[in-house]
Parts: sequence; structure tokens; C-alpha cells
Amino acid sequence: MKKYIINRIFSMILVLVVVSSLTFFLAKAIPGGPFTKEKKVPDVILQRLEEKYHFDDPLWKQYAFYMGNLMKGDLGPSFRYDALTVNDIIRKGFPVSATIGFLAVLLSIILGLPAGIISAYRQNFWQDNTVMFFSLIGISVPSFILATVFMYFFGLKFKILPIAGWGGFRYMILPAITLAAYPTAYIARLTRSSMLDVLSQDYIKTARSKGISEFRVITMHALKNAILPVVTYMGPMIAAIFTGSFIIERLFFIPGLGKYYVTAIYDRDYTVILGTTIFYAFFLVTANFIVDILYAFLDPRITYEEKK
Amino acid sequence: MTKPILKVENLTTQFLTYAGIVQAVRGISFEIYPGEAIGLVGESGCGKSVTGLSIMRLIPDPPGKIVSGSVYLDRKNLLESSEKEMRNVRGNEISMIFQDPMTSLNPVFSIGYQIMETLLLHQEITKKQAKEKAIELLDMVHIKSPEEVINRYPHQLSGGMRQRVMAAIAISCDPKIIIADEPTTSLDVTIQAQILNLLNDLKTKLNSSIVLITHNLAVVAGLCSRVLVMYAGLIMEEGTDMQIYNKPMHPYTWGLMKAVPKINEEEKERLTTIPGLPPDLLSPPKGCPFALRCDYAMQICFQKKPPFFEPQKGHKIACWLMDSRAPRTKRSM
Repeated sequence: MKKYIINRIFSMILVLVVVSSLTFFLAKAIPGGPFTKEKKVPDVILQRLEEKYHFDDPLWKQYAFYMGNLMKGDLGPSFRYDALTVNDIIRKGFPVSATIGFLAVLLSIILGLPAGIISAYRQNFWQDNTVMFFSLIGISVPSFILATVFMYFFGLKFKILPIAGWGGFRYMILPAITLAAYPTAYIARLTRSSMLDVLSQDYIKTARSKGISEFRVITMHALKNAILPVVTYMGPMIAAIFTGSFIIERLFFIPGLGKYYVTAIYDRDYTVILGTTIFYAFFLVTANFIVDILYAFLDPRITYEEKK
Repeated sequence: MTKPILKVENLTTQFLTYAGIVQAVRGISFEIYPGEAIGLVGESGCGKSVTGLSIMRLIPDPPGKIVSGSVYLDRKNLLESSEKEMRNVRGNEISMIFQDPMTSLNPVFSIGYQIMETLLLHQEITKKQAKEKAIELLDMVHIKSPEEVINRYPHQLSGGMRQRVMAAIAISCDPKIIIADEPTTSLDVTIQAQILNLLNDLKTKLNSSIVLITHNLAVVAGLCSRVLVMYAGLIMEEGTDMQIYNKPMHPYTWGLMKAVPKINEEEKERLTTIPGLPPDLLSPPKGCPFALRCDYAMQICFQKKPPFFEPQKGHKIACWLMDSRAPRTKRSM
């Protein structure tokens, strides 16, 4: 296990280096630059700006400089927001995105998992049909439409929740629900199919023949077997949701990370593109790493020990 | 005469499918006495496993349903018991061993956990006592170094060992009856013998009754003192092992006996089979279900279900040939 973890950490670092290098060169390959504006900037100013940010250096030198700073944890300054460094942007945006993300993930597990279990247990009954109907909606309706519908009903019609802005728990409810819709539906479907498979296994019959209560058969004997695919899905899902959704943050006017992520590309704000990408990649590989470790605890057949 | 420990009367179990109602078990009755082993024999789909599951009330509902009958364990009708009472019976008073040990144990729980679970559920003991008991049980089913095996997971054990673990779980609460549903079918022959010996051993040691469900007459031979031959959801012949093996009376039993491969048979000879297929249980025939495949079928066989004839005490045969008006047939074996 120890050896496996060390190996994984090294490969994670390698992945991050490759991701940051690729992003660096790809970002530079986009025509235009952070100072390309509709109104032409005087040449002298442009020259001074490029000098300040070392844009006049050869590309390899810029790359070495960036990677050097990256090792120190410095993601560089933003070209668009003068007063802010990329570290500032992440420090400011991430907690906001993560808060909504956390609520959405929590919601999707609390709702999705039991929904999937009930649906599998009552296959082809009204409970199953109801869950499958709503999960189909959750999966197929895009989040911006859901957001608009929620805003209309809860914000305008019933006037119970604010439709936009940021300031307290009330503001988090609608975005979190909207953000949770897809993963909830996905987890419900995943849990259902996985549970259906497990419930037809012989060991469930064995468990029942031992006199174990139906609740315990489902929540212990079946669920522990059925949860693996759900855990697999949750790794990348948590990474994606925590680092912010551009659409949701735009619609609800939330100062999260997702907004910066996408606008940085329009602005050719190289360091922000890089910083947010690396941050997301870091989250993703870490989440996957945790999922892989969790496997070993959930399923004794999976082990990272060296075969003797 | 001792009183039967389990009395099954007119048990009828059906499955509702898209094609119609499958009449899996069609009103069978039998008794089990304390400490005896009975064999429930028949080919695939004859309703023997459904009978076992019906006694445990483990028929998946839907699509299955126990339509009528009664199953008396002592004086309690299991078919009228509440689900809670049933849970107290399962694993405690009646336990089960299933066909495939490779899939019958939960892969994500340790062997110890799976044995202790039953103990903790049905007996008032501490975890520590349960663990000691689990080790003792593993020892009883002849598993070497049980202290170690208790911490292992099913995938780390062989098929034979897993079936022993299943047996350990089954006997953990000193059940009155153990229903073993094809316990040796998926094991290789030497392991089969070991498991059968083990069951025999446990029967004498624990004084539990055993219901051995199998399609293999040879498996029944060594273990069971009484044999029930099932066909198309009905019992065809019932008798002691001696009666069934030495003097079978039902043409279906004759067919089964002939189909047992003999070790000294000439190589050239082909294994005898019973021609035809079992009847469709969606619409079973009006008369004897075996009539269509029976060499001795008479007109009445197609029209009326035969009653049980009991020419000798304890030997019951559901066949019109036993009627005094039927022509004398020589059993062909």
C-alpha cells in the first residue's frame, strides 16, 4: 500500500507537469494577447507592458520562468485584473464555488443514493417509475434551463428565494439545487442499475436465509457491493463541481471560480487560464487518488499490496 | 412414533410471468422427523428448489407466490407467520445451504463477520463470544487454522472451503432443520464427497434434520434415510432409501435410476435417458404429468391425476400402475 501511494503521488506530479506544460503552450498558441484591445494601445505602452511581464523573452524562457514560480506555488499575476494575482483569484473564488459545490454534492448523495436504492428495490413499481422520470429530467435538461425555471418560480412567482447575488445561505439554495440536479439524477440511475445487479446475487439470498432484516440486507449486504461504481463517479464529479460551474455562477451572479475560468480564455489572461486549469487538474487527480484508495477499503478483492 | 418436526401440507407455489402462471409446486405434502435426512430428488425445474425456498418463505414476491397449503414447524404455521417471526425462524430454526458457494458468500465481508452476523442476530451473546463460537464452528466443519480463516474474505478461499463456511453458518444456531439446496453440484467430485461426509457428520452431531435437494440420486444414497422423487411440481414416489433404491415402483423413478451412469458399464453403451421433456408448467397436463414420456402409460393416466398408493408402509407411489385393475408390469431396469 505504501509503495502504491508513493508511486501514485509521483505519477500525479507528472500529470500536473504535463497538464501545465500543455496548457502553457496551447494558451500561447491562441492568436492575440492579454493586451489586445479593440482600442489600439499605443506601441510604447504595449512595449512597456510586454517588458514588464517578460513577453519579449523567448518562449522557453517564459516557460522556465513560469514553471519555476509554479514550483514555489506562485501562479503569477493576472493580466486582466491588475491588482490581483492568480493566487488571489483562487483564494477568493474557490471558497465560494466550493461552498455551493459542497452543498450540491451533499444534496446529490442524500437524494440520489436513496432514490436509486428505492428504485431498484421497487423495480417497475410506481416508486421506480417516479425516480426514473425525475432522473431523466435531471440528466437531460440543461442546467441553464433548470436555473431559469427555478428562478421564475421560487424567485419571481413565490418570492421565497433570491434569484441572484451572493450573501448568506438563502443565496446558495437555488444554485446548489440547480448544480445538484445532474449528479443527483446520475447517482440515482447508477445506484439503481448497480443495486439491481447486486440484488439478484446469491449472497443476498443467503443473507435473507440467515434471518437478517430486509433493511439490513439492503443497506449492508447489498449497498456495500453496489456502491463501488457510485464512488468511482464521485471522484471526477466532486472535482468538477467544487471548482465551480461557469454557467451557474454566471446565471446567479456568484463570484466563484468558474466565472474566472472561462472569461480568462476570452481575455487571453494566460496566467489565470493556467492557474485555474492546474488547480482543477490538481483537484481531479487528488479526487481520483482518494477514490482508488477508498476502493481497497470498500472491496477486499481490490488490494494494492505487492504479490508475494 | 415421534412427531414430525416439519409438516408440509398441500404446498402450492406459483410464479406470475408475462406468459402466464407457472405452477412450480402443485400441492405437495410431506413430513420431516427429528434427526432424519430426506432427499428431494428430481430434474431441473421440477420444483424442488422452490419447495425449499417456500418453506423458508424466501420466494421472491413478486413474481412468486405461495398460493395455498401450510408448513408447520412444530405447531407454528410458517405460511401464516409474520415477517418478523419468519426472520426469527430463518437461520435460527431452519437454515439453508445453497448451490454455488462461489457466489453465496458476500464478497465484501470477512468470513468471521458473516458467521458472527447470524450468531449475534439470533443469540444473546457478546461479540467476543460470537467470535469464539465462529472459530469453534469453523473447526467443526473441518477448516484448518480457523483463527486465521476468520479474518479472510471469500475470494481467498476455495470452493470446498466456502461451502464448509456456508455449512458453518447454517449450523451456527443449532437449527432444527438444514435445507441443503444442491450443496455439491458446483464442486468437483472429491470435494463433493467431503461435503456430503460433513453433512452426515453434522447430522449425527447436532441431531438436526436435513432436507437434501438434488438432481443426483447418488448423492442422496449415502446420506438420506427417506427419498422424495419430484416431477413437474408433484411428488411421484416417496419411500425409505431401501424402498426407492431396491424396489422403485414409479416408472419415472425407473427412468432416473437408469440414467445414473454406472462405473462398470461397457464403454460402447450410451447413457440411458428419459425421452421427451418435462411438461410445460404454464399449463400442466390434466392427468399424470409423466404420462407423455411414460412407456407404460394407460388411458387413465392422461385423464386423471393418480392418487398415492401405499403398498408398503411408508412407500407411496403416485401411479395408476399400482391400481389393482392395471395390468401387471415388470419393472425394467
